[in-house]
This record gives sequence, structure tokens and C-alpha cells, in this order.
Amino acid sequence: MLVSQIGYYSLILGLIFSLILSVFSIKDLNSFNRKIDQNIFTFSLLQLTFVVVSFLCLIFSFVKSDFSNETVFNNSHTTKPLFYKISGTWGNHEGSLLLWLLVLTLFIFLFIIKSSNQPKKYRILTLLFQQIIIIGFFLFVLVTSNPFNYLFPIPNEGLGLNPILQDPVLAIHPPILYLGYVGSSIIFSSVLASVTQNYISSEWAKHIKKWVLISWIFLSVGIMLGSIWAYYELGWGGFWFWDPVENVSLMPWFTLTALLHCILVLERRQLLTSWVVILCIASFMLSMCGTFLVRSGILNSVHTFANDPARGIFILVFLFILIFLSLGIFFIFHKENYKDEKKFFLLSKETTILLNNWFMMYFLSVVLIGTIYPIFLDVMSTDKISVGPPFYHKLIVPFLIPFLIFMVFGSKLKWIKSEVNNKNLLVIFFIISIILSFFITKNFVRDLFLYPILIGVSLFLFFTTVVEFFNKKNVLSQTIAHFGFSLLILSILLNSILSSEIITNMRVGEKYYYDKGVIFFKKIEEKQESNFNSIVGHFKISDKRGNITNLEPELRVYNQPTIITSEADIKTTLLKDNFLVMNLVKGNEYFNIRYQVKPLMLWIWISILLISIGGMISFFKEKNEK
Amino acid sequence: MRFFKIFLLIFLFTNVTSANVEIENNNLKSKILKNIRCLVCQGQSVYDSESEFSDSIKLLVKKQIVEGKSEEQIYEFLRDKYGDWIIYDPKLNKNTYILWLLPLLLFLLGGAIMINKLKFKK
Amino acid sequence: MKNKIYLSIIITFLIFCFVIFYNGLNNPNIYTPKINKKKNIPIFEAKDFSSGANIRSGKIFEKNTFYVVNIWASWCVPCREEHELLMKLSRNKNIKLIGLNYKDNFNNAKKFLNELGNPYSQILIDKNGLLSIEFGAYGVPETFVVNKKKTIIKKFIGPINEEILSQIEKIIK
Repeated sequence: MLVSQIGYYSLILGLIFSLILSVFSIKDLNSFNRKIDQNIFTFSLLQLTFVVVSFLCLIFSFVKSDFSNETVFNNSHTTKPLFYKISGTWGNHEGSLLLWLLVLTLFIFLFIIKSSNQPKKYRILTLLFQQIIIIGFFLFVLVTSNPFNYLFPIPNEGLGLNPILQDPVLAIHPPILYLGYVGSSIIFSSVLASVTQNYISSEWAKHIKKWVLISWIFLSVGIMLGSIWAYYELGWGGFWFWDPVENVSLMPWFTLTALLHCILVLERRQLLTSWVVILCIASFMLSMCGTFLVRSGILNSVHTFANDPARGIFILVFLFILIFLSLGIFFIFHKENYKDEKKFFLLSKETTILLNNWFMMYFLSVVLIGTIYPIFLDVMSTDKISVGPPFYHKLIVPFLIPFLIFMVFGSKLKWIKSEVNNKNLLVIFFIISIILSFFITKNFVRDLFLYPILIGVSLFLFFTTVVEFFNKKNVLSQTIAHFGFSLLILSILLNSILSSEIITNMRVGEKYYYDKGVIFFKKIEEKQESNFNSIVGHFKISDKRGNITNLEPELRVYNQPTIITSEADIKTTLLKDNFLVMNLVKGNEYFNIRYQVKPLMLWIWISILLISIGGMISFFKEKNEK
Repeated sequence: MRFFKIFLLIFLFTNVTSANVEIENNNLKSKILKNIRCLVCQGQSVYDSESEFSDSIKLLVKKQIVEGKSEEQIYEFLRDKYGDWIIYDPKLNKNTYILWLLPLLLFLLGGAIMINKLKFKK
Repeated sequence: MKNKIYLSIIITFLIFCFVIFYNGLNNPNIYTPKINKKKNIPIFEAKDFSSGANIRSGKIFEKNTFYVVNIWASWCVPCREEHELLMKLSRNKNIKLIGLNYKDNFNNAKKFLNELGNPYSQILIDKNGLLSIEFGAYGVPETFVVNKKKTIIKKFIGPINEEILSQIEKIIK
């Protein structure tokens, strides 16, 4: 209880210091010192410290199962394992907002101490713009989402966290995702500051690139973790459902990827300045918009937090204040360079980066419109429609073909002006890819048009990126990232057409014969763990080549709250995943079995890691060059 | 002997095709179920859900496939009973023209802006 | 000048979005389908609870009166709570109450009726849930009001309460 008081007042102090910091910053803007006032460093550190203290207090309350705290009561239980008590801190609305504040204050502190070689006014203005966001979130937490509400009488037991959320991957997914998602706030604040100072230049680009990389890398890994969790925990072998919450994390990724490429252009030539500004603003605005969509209750999803319209209105207003602010600054301060009529050569890296952006923005618009359109329709006509995977697939998949082809050439072309070298090699690769693709898809796909070409083009990109490793002059970060991307697309496509599934009802002791082998339902075992009882099914799957896979899916009965979950057993190997999940069939002793063979699942995760590693190499490279 | 061989061939062939038909029906059923929203769940498809409602829908779809109904007919049946909300694939009708066409329009618009604003040189 | 036009377009669009989102927040999230599309009762064949014989929908709904269709099951807890109100409703001479026994065990259902009373003039068995889907139901309990033209004019998802009961009584006057 005392801890809750400390946590609460820590937040208040944090807000107070935010305001003090803002005042000092405005003062320092007009001062003639060439260096930033030392107080500013101190106050931003203090601001961060108070948020950290508050966050630790909440963790402590969770660990001690302090049910006088309403958030702990709603989201925890004495029988939860310690690790999940801790991670339960950020697995709810209030706690995750503290995580928002933590990242916001941490990043601005890091920014201010690591940007000593940047112009003073720019640094202070970045701080000020970030403060607007920080103060907004402090108010949001204190007014609508206090994590330290007092409950009396103090309940003996909590309402428990959903057992589906008790998973190690899900535990680290929010912190990592937020480092990316919330981290784009720095890019936002920085670009606004930079525009007012007319500082959009290659120097600024070099400086902000680091922050873009950090945000992008963490966002990529965060999204990957969410998918991994969905695959191993939630689902029926799926890893992406085009659920609104998933889409919301994906949208900033599109703008950040586009931005990352444009920054490369801006670093070298004074081009695309307006577009870079727009992308920087859009990334964080999409994050804010996503936060609004997910927390306000306006959308229907399996991931949404508890709904509360008051919170929704606060975020909506806050979001639009930020949008209008950015709009205002852009139109008032931004100056385009008309006199340097730099030109684009058709065959150059700049052009392919433009093409990349063009497609990224298209993909973004598909996801954004798909997610938001039902809301618009519902308000305007009270007709409710659903927009699900078929929509996204139909609009995105065909466009992947030209996109992948452009990617092949993009990495090959040089800056400013270039020509395509090794034309012969490319042609050979292309032909091999198409033939290979035809053989792969022949037995698996109905329509002999879209998918064979798509796989052919992915293979084409794959081969060209592999070959790039042998090119002595290659840019390692780019090579790895593009290779990772081609591997990602290839794995997803091959996985989607080569996966197979058997659904059947079985009794203990039965054998089910299918075209490639037999499933033997050996026995049932009952187990007891700390907060659940489970029924484990033992299955032996033998295929015609003599390979044996043993799978043990579970049915778990949790005690608080009483939920029955079905835990799939997944055996992951380099080549494929064997996936088995079972469910009770009502009213008799049959179990409904779903057995799936899913090739290349592991490579989907590995490829995203490779993409992130490419980013990390780029991040550390500049340091060495200094 | 020849008669026996022919008989064997026909026997094997029909077995293979009936097995194929079952696999095909299962694939079609899975495809359809993934496209139907479980109306009593929070954002899950009938394929992913184990609710009573989903069980009934699964039975219905199986029955209609066996009756020979096409995928579109099954969707139409469900839309008639429950409204467009139940099917994840938004049909192209007066409600959804903007939904389907706007991204494409934006794509073309983007291309036009690029060509217009940027001066290209060979 | 061009800039100002762009700016005003963008601002108008943003205000439009804001208004939509604001209104969207106040909309209920649970989907209750519009009963503007007045639908006729489905044509079906079902097993009668008491006789065990198959009856056609035409026969069940043949009288020129209001019908109230109620989906229920012995294992459904809210159905117990609304049952008393159904008994009350069944005394109304303007309607015939038809029960749809949903995914139930025959003996359990019989016990349920013996214990709490039988308000239904006729009960149909929906063992696999398909009949409820024909009516466009989500689950149990659910209640429909059918008018003399054999159209479904009102649908209530969940157990009926006093308020819903008076609503129904008003409709059928």
C-alpha cells in the first residue's frame, strides 16, 4: 500500500519535473550560451527516474500480490508464477501506459545526452516537442488510467490474468515492441524541431538515422515476437491474422522502412526533404492512432484491452492535437529547395528507393483502409462489414510481384546514375527461378498463374541477394537485410502452399491412416501444475519413410479464472514444423485432432532476425567510421 | 486376367478419386471456415474457434458442401441470415467500392505525383 | 496559393475523420443486426419434442396469430432465469409460444420442463444447432417475434427481462 503511494506520487513528481523541464528549455532556447543549460540534463534525468520508480513500484505490487491496488487485483493472482507476476505488470492497460512513459522519457534523455554534436536550438526544440507528448501521457495516466487506484475492502485474491497470456514470448513482446513503436516519438519530435530550424539536411539525416534504425529494429523484432506467440500459443497454426491490433503494429513498420530508405537518399543528396518530413511525422502518428484504435474499444479484436470511452476520447483529442500541430509546423516552417534543381536519373538507386516508397505506401494504405474503413461505414450507414485476410491477400499479393522485381534491381544500381551490370547472370537466375517455381507449385496450387510467378520472382530475388554476399564491394548491412527479406517472403509463400492439414476425430487407442502415414493416439495422461490441471494426449505419427514424431498436446483447466485452453504441441525442425492440437468433442469420448505439417516455419522467424541484424550492422557501422 | 486387371484399375482409381474428393472437400471446408467470423467470439474465425456457434456453423458448411453448394452460395446463405459482418471477405457492393478501390486509386495517385514532381533524366 | 488549397483540403479531411472516430466511440460494439431487412421465417422441417414426428414449418406457423420463438436448453443457465417470464407470456392469448430445444439431451429437457413448467404450445428439437442458424440465431437463449405475415419483426439476444416482456406485449397488441 505504501508502495502504491510512492508509485503514485512519483508519477506526480514526474509530471511536475516535466513541466519544469519544459519551462527551463524554453528559457534556454533564448539564452546565448552555446551549451545547453546543465539543469536540463538534470531535469530530464529526474523525469526519467520518477517514471522508473513508479514502474518499479507497480512491479513490486504485482510481485507481492498487493490486491489493494486495483490494477493488481484485476490482472494478477497469488498462484501465478513469479515471472508472470512481473510480466503481468505491463500486460494490462495501465501498466503498459507506464511502459509508454518509460520509453518516452528514456529516449529523450538518451537523445539529449547523445546529441552533443548537434545544434543547440535543435536539441532543445526536440526536447520540447517530446515534452508535449510526455506531458500528454502523464495526464492521460493520472486522469483516466491510474495504475495505483486504491481498493477497499482489500480483496483476498485477484481476478487473475488470462492463462493464454502466461507465456515467456508474450512477456517480452510489449517492452520490445514499445521500444520500436514508442521510440518513433523521437523521430517525430526531432523532425518538427528540425523543420522549424530549417535543419533538414544530410547532416540531420546522418544524425537521425540512428534513431530510425533503433525504432525500426525493435519494431521488427517486436512484431516477430507477437507472431511467434500467436503461432505457439493462440492459434491453429497461423501466425498472422490481419487482426486490427496486428495491423496497428505493422503500419508504422511500413513508414519506418520507407523512411529508412529515404534517409539514405537524404544523407547523400538534398532530395526528398518534404517526403522525409511527412514520413517522420506519419510514423509516430500511426503509432498514436494505433494506440487509440486498440485502447478505446472502437474495434473488435481478440487482443484489445478493456474498453473505456473516456480513455478513447482523451487519446483521440490528443492524437488530433499532435496531427494539427505537425500540420501547422510543416506548412509554416518547411521550405522546399527549388533552386537546387537536382535531378533524378531514371536508372539509379534513388529511383528504386522511390519505387520502394511507392509500394510501401500502397501496402500501408491497404492495411490502414482495411482496418479503419469498417468504423467509417458503421458510423455513416450503420452497416457492419468485416474486413479480413481475403481482402489483404487480394490487394497485397499481386503487387508483391513488381515489388520484388524492383528490389532485385534496386540493390544493384549505384547512386546518382548507374547501369545494370551482370545482365547475363540476372537473366540466368530469372530463368532458373521460373522453372524451379513451376516444379514446386505444380502439385500444390490450383491457379497456375499468380503463385508460380510470385514464387519465381521470390526465388529470383533470393538468388540475387545470395550472390551479393560474394560481391567484395557489397554493403553488408544492406545485403543481409535484403537477403533476410527475400528469405521471409519465400518462406511465407512456400509455407502457405506446402502446408498440409488433417482434421479428424479419434478415440484413445485408435489409429488414423492418411495418405502419407498413420497417426496413433497412444494414451491420455493427467497432470497437475501450480495453477492448472491438464490432460495430455500422447500421439505417435509415423510417415511412410519411417520418420516418427511424438507429439503431446494438452488440454489445460486453469483455476482462476476458470478457463479451458488447448495447448498445441509443436516440434520445430529446420525443415518443417509438426503441429498437433486436440480438443474435446462434446458428449462423447472422442477428441478432435488437428495435425498440420508446416514447412519452413523456423525460417520465417530467422529471416526477420536477419533483417534486424542488417539494421544493427548499419547502426554500429557509423560508430566505427567516426 | 485382362478383366481382372481392368477391374483392379477401376477399383484403385475410384478409391483414389474418392479419397481425393474428401481431401478436396476438407480443404474447401477449411478455406470457407477461415472466412467466416465467429459471431460470439472476439475477433476469431469459425475455423479458429471452439464455441457452440462455431460448431453449428462447421456442421452447416460440411452439410452444404456435401449437398454440392458452391463456396459463394454458402457465403450468400450466411450473409442472408446474419448480414455481411459474418464473412471476412467484403463483397464488392455499394458499401465497399471505396474500400476496394481507394488503395488502388492512391497507388495511381502516388505514381502520378512521383512522375510530376520529380524531374527524371535518362 | 496551391499550398493553401492543399492545406484546407487536408484540414477538412482531418476534421471529418475526427467526427467519425468520435461518433464511432459512442457506438455499441456488439453487433445486433438491423431488423430493417424484415425476413420471413425460414422454411424447414423439424422433429416435434412430444410426438417425435417430423413437422413442416408451414404447419407449425399455420395459424393467423403472432408467434414468439424461444431458443432454450436445459444446460443454459440464463434460460432458467427467463423461464418464469416465458410462463407469463404464454398466458397471453394473442400469441403462440414455440420452443426450440437447442443441442439438448431429451431427458434433461423433459426434466427441465417438468420442474419449471411448459410455456410452449409446441417444441421443436434442434439437436445439432442447424435450425437455430436457419433463424439467424447466435446461441441460447434467444427470442424472436413473428407477426401474422410470418415475418420476423424483432429479435432479442440473451434472456428476456421484464422490460423486454413489456416490449413484446406491446408489439403483439
